[in-house]
Amino acid sequence: MLEITTTHYLVLSAALFMIGVIGVMVRRNIIIIFMSIELMLNAVNVNLVAFSQQWQHVVGQVFAVFVIAVAAAEAAVGLGIILAFYRNKETVNIDEMNVMRW
Amino acid sequence: MAEAFVFYGLAALILGFAVLVISTRNTVHSVLYLVVNFLLVAMLYVMLGAEFLAAIQVLVYAGGIVVLYLFVVMLVNLKRPPETHQDPRRQTRLGLALAGAVLAELVAIIVYSSTGESVPAAAPAEAGMVEGNVEQIGMLLYTNYLIPFEVASVLLLVAMIGAIVLAKREL
Repeated sequence: MLEITTTHYLVLSAALFMIGVIGVMVRRNIIIIFMSIELMLNAVNVNLVAFSQQWQHVVGQVFAVFVIAVAAAEAAVGLGIILAFYRNKETVNIDEMNVMRW
Repeated sequence: MAEAFVFYGLAALILGFAVLVISTRNTVHSVLYLVVNFLLVAMLYVMLGAEFLAAIQVLVYAGGIVVLYLFVVMLVNLKRPPETHQDPRRQTRLGLALAGAVLAELVAIIVYSSTGESVPAAAPAEAGMVEGNVEQIGMLLYTNYLIPFEVASVLLLVAMIGAIVLAKREL
């Protein structure tokens, strides 16, 4: 219990990921949903770095760098879409974002 | 002993701020809690010996992405709270059943991993590796992972152009 192993980090990562999933499913504000996705990507990064430490190899951290790059791209494009949508519909509620549903 | 203390403190703070991010009504407060969460995760990276990643986390996430979020929250000036609308087709019972299944799975994983045998000891570091976290990542990034690195740079360029095109009123 007092010795911190990789399992501890993995459990923390799983909990953080679940909080992100709950945020995506419960909230209706699309900006909060995007933040929940960032939380999930962070949980994945914690996972990668924990295994990188476990195997004493730095490749997990290289993957985490790529995840951060993709997260930055996703945030930029996603927030651009939110702004464009808000300009047309005056809302950030995802229940009203159904123009492409059928 | 000290490591366990720091880890449990950090873990409690990270999870607490993550819950605050998704539960706060005020979106600006939510973004600010997200900054704190990212900084705490950066501290976790330092604990794991990933100093370069901790610096990147602070620079890119806490410094770049969150500022982007704050800009959008300020631009999307909400006149009415978006949570008032209720979806009549919401399937509460199915959702609860799914959540219970996921919870049972997570508990099973934790119980199994705490009773089962531990993973084998860490493999020794490769011979001839350079010293230092940043040097190691740099060596790997510019040798084995050069093509993914270049593709990531193209992805960032495309995302930048896409964001400009989307946010512009007319081209």
